[in-house]
Order: sequence, then C-alpha cells, then structure tokens
Amino acid sequence: MKILVAIKRVIDANVKVRVKADGTGVETANVKMAMNPFCEIAVEEAVRLKEKGVATEIVVVSAGPTQTQETLRTALALGADRAIHVEEAAELEPLAIAKLLKAVVEREQPQVVLLGKQSVDADNNQTGQMLAGLLGWPQGTFLSKVGVNGGEVEVVREIDGGLETLKLKLPAVLTTDLRLNEPRFASLPNIMKAKQKPLAKLTVAELGVNVAPRVKTLKVEAPAGRKAGIKVGSVQELVDKLRNEAKVI
Amino acid sequence: MAILVIAEHAKGKLAGSTLNTIAAAAKIGGDIHVLVAGHGIDTVANEAAHVAGVAKVLKLDDAGLAHLTAENLTPAVLAQAKTCSHVLAPATTFGKNLLPRVAALLDVQMVSEITGVVSADTFQRPIYAGNAIATVQSTDAIKVITVRSTGFDAVAATGGNAAVEAISASADNSLSSFVGQELTVSARPELTAAKVIVSGGRGMQSGDNFPMLEKLADLLGAGVGASRAAVDAGFVPNDYQVGQTGKIVAPQLYIAVGISGAIQHLAGMKDSKVIVAINKDEEAPIFSVADYGLVGDLFQLVPELTAEVAKLKG
Repeated sequence: MKILVAIKRVIDANVKVRVKADGTGVETANVKMAMNPFCEIAVEEAVRLKEKGVATEIVVVSAGPTQTQETLRTALALGADRAIHVEEAAELEPLAIAKLLKAVVEREQPQVVLLGKQSVDADNNQTGQMLAGLLGWPQGTFLSKVGVNGGEVEVVREIDGGLETLKLKLPAVLTTDLRLNEPRFASLPNIMKAKQKPLAKLTVAELGVNVAPRVKTLKVEAPAGRKAGIKVGSVQELVDKLRNEAKVI
Repeated sequence: MAILVIAEHAKGKLAGSTLNTIAAAAKIGGDIHVLVAGHGIDTVANEAAHVAGVAKVLKLDDAGLAHLTAENLTPAVLAQAKTCSHVLAPATTFGKNLLPRVAALLDVQMVSEITGVVSADTFQRPIYAGNAIATVQSTDAIKVITVRSTGFDAVAATGGNAAVEAISASADNSLSSFVGQELTVSARPELTAAKVIVSGGRGMQSGDNFPMLEKLADLLGAGVGASRAAVDAGFVPNDYQVGQTGKIVAPQLYIAVGISGAIQHLAGMKDSKVIVAINKDEEAPIFSVADYGLVGDLFQLVPELTAEVAKLKG
C-alpha cells in the first residue's frame, strides 16, 4: 500500500509571533521555521505503518516556496521514501492546497493520504476534509488511533465528548491529532541518507490548478492585551478579591 | 437569501454551541434557517423552532443519518446550501469535520472559527494560536463559516416560533460506518459553556490529585479542564484539554492550577474574564495573563481555597 503524506512548513510552534506594524501579517523574516507538529505526527504514523509491513511506500508532498524542500528533507530523514515539492511562492489557501493534492493523488494513486488536522499558523483545520470531499473518499479526522485491516481502516477520532470509532473504506483521507503517536527524531546517518533520496519538483501550472486566493486578508492585528494583574499574598486575599473586586464568586 | 445554520445536537438535545452560531448568523443579517439532521430528532427540531430569531427549521430525519458522519451528511447540506448566502456551523469537532468537506464541494474557500462579524462578507478570526487577529473578506458567492462559540453570546433558547419543514435527502453510507463511541460521563457543566473552570496541569503530578480540583469545582459549579501536559501524562481524558488543539473556553473565571501557561494553552483560555493562577514558579508565563496570581504549593493552597469558598457558600 502506498501512503501519501502532506506536510507544511510553518513558524516553529514555540515562537511567539509578532504582528507586523503595517498590519499586513506576522513577521516571518529571520524567524525559526519547522515542520508543522501535526504533520510530524502524520509522517511518523506513515513510517510506523511501513515498519508494520502495512505500507510499502511513503511519498511526502508539500506545496510552498523553495525553502519547503528543507521540510521535505526532514520527512525523508524520518523515513519517507521520496518527496514531491509543488513550488509556489505565494501563500496558498486550504482549498487550493486540497486541489493540488488531489492532482498529486491522481498521479500517485495512494491508498491513504495522511495529513495533520491543522497547521499551527493559519489554524484552519480544513485541508484534509476538503481533499476527501474533492476525491469523494471517506475521511477520518482528528485521529488518535489508526488500524488498517484489508480494504478498510478502523480509526478512533477525538470528539468533543470523548472518542468515536469509525470504519472507513479504502482509499481514505486521514488527519492526525496530537495523541496519535510520539514522533521520532531523525538520526544523523538518516539525515545524510535523506540527501540522496529522490525529490521531484512540480509546478502549480503542471498540476493545472487555479490557486488564486478567494479570501482577502484585510488586516492582521495583535489581540487586545490583558491589563497587568496582581499577585496576592494569601488565599483569603484571593477569595476577597474574587468576591468583592472581580465579583465572580 | 437565507443563512443556513447546521444544528449540532446530541442525546435528543440541541447543543449550546448552536445558539452561539445562530447569534453570529443574526449579526450577518438575513432569514435564518436551521438544518436539524439525524434520526429521531422531533424534539431537537421543536427546540430549534423556539430559538429566538429562527425563521425556519429544516428537519431531515433519516435512519441513515443516525450517526452524523461527514460523508453521509454532506450531500444533504450541499443540496440546501446552494440556495443560501451563508452556511454556518459551530466550530466544534462536529462542525470542523463537516463544513470543509461541504465547502470544497461548493468550490468555496471556507472561513474557520470566526470570532467577529464585520459585515456580511468580512469576518474576524484568530490565527497563530490566537496571537494575531485577522480580518478577512470572502469573495465567494456562498460564505461557508464555522463560528467560535466564545466569540458570540448565545441567543435565547425560547421566544421563537419557526415553522418546521420536513425535507429528505439521500444519505450515502457506503464510505464509512459507525462502530462506537466512548463518551466521558460527567455531572459537571460542559467546559465550553461553563461560567467557571478549574483547570489542572503537570503540577498536579497525578490523576489521583484531580479530585482535589473537582471538590473546588463542585463548590463553584465549575467545569474541570486540563492542560495538554496533564492529558498526555494520563491524569485526565483528552476531551478535558483546553488550548489551541483542545477546547477554546472563555468563562467568567478560569482558575489555572499547576499550569505553566504555554502559548498553546493560553490560546484556549486567554479570553476568560478573570484568570487566577496558582503556581509555585513565580516566573511561570501564566502569571503574565493572570488577573490574580498566587505563588505557592498548590497542594496546600487548593485545599485552603476550597475551605474558604466552602465558608462563603455556607
């Protein structure tokens, strides 16, 4: 079984982002970039499925500027077999990415497409669901467990009230939640080996997708700051403040 | 053209998040139609008909929709959406799962988790774990949107008198099938709707210590939440998680106990009206957003606080 894993390069999740003074976006120059944490989990799950003998080949794909290749190399170092880079300098919306992925799926014919449930920059949580819709495939979103069994995959989803188990007919689109697995670190020999693995380049035009944005960002601003609080010296003082000052208990 | 709101419901009751979503629809302006889909949903449909501001309830009762998977609900939503200006659903796991699939098939770029309505095509939404607020304008003919509940005050559950119209649609059950659910049973208020939340983090050290927070929560009529660290350590189930990837809450009072305050946790609670932090590390980032901070050992301070609150509540 072939697995396609879609990954995204984002600002490192531990960086406190700064909004640009002109309100056009957040500062990305000289900011540490990394693979989106949910995408790391997707790569790890694919590698585990290969180690179990379920998957035979892992193809990792990402759309974005030239530097995206670093993120793809990271995935190769973690165990993916080959990479596809769809080069596009402009920022892409989930619908455009889903359409690009659909075109890649049609070329590659994977049985499973794995994605993270959301990217930590745009926080959309859309691409996997959109791809499943466009392909007419079933979707398993927010997964904390994946079990492939013949022509089916049994998935456990994290839902608001707890957990839900579904059976999906393959081929299917799966998106990962944080608790699906603990991603491994790439070892130095694997990082070296990853440099030799194939990385194919495609363009948006070759895939025949119109990626013109549909949603215009008018402005980006910092959220309203909270006014500085105080430290209280005792529980009695805290209760008094909550009761008489904040009036919340 | 009408605004279609996809109702979320469970156990024969309309979910609270649906009322916040209808509030967002009211801000956009237009006739509000609520789609209630499922099986055995007469009570929910009637409940929806009484919600203030609802013009029409579309009731889609079908045995094939007993479990609202995205695959079998999408065709029905698509059929209704085509004649609407907006399609809204709550930004819960239900809405997040369903709506992007619908949007893709309408060839529309969806707008996720709006917290404000500027006009019928312009909305506000948080990005980068809530560290920036984007104002975005949709150029698509149909606006497909999920609504963050904490951004909008719920509309009244009564006062409306909408007509209920039964509709039908084919549910495609061939792609996915429901196996089962494991729901967390709790008598406490639902986290996203709770007025007060008591949350524990890694500092709680063990799941055995959570009853200490539950005792305080019960006195305050509060919900109990947790940080990712507490969930990953197995102290509590993962649907307790508050944060960028868990639940987004904005209660009147949020008490963070033994939580350091990572960016991802703050994303889920920093719109709370009053934040209290109890932590032994006075440098913990949680103190930068807390209105009232108490530095010290939580194992001593929480029981003390519980005793004080118990005195107050008599």
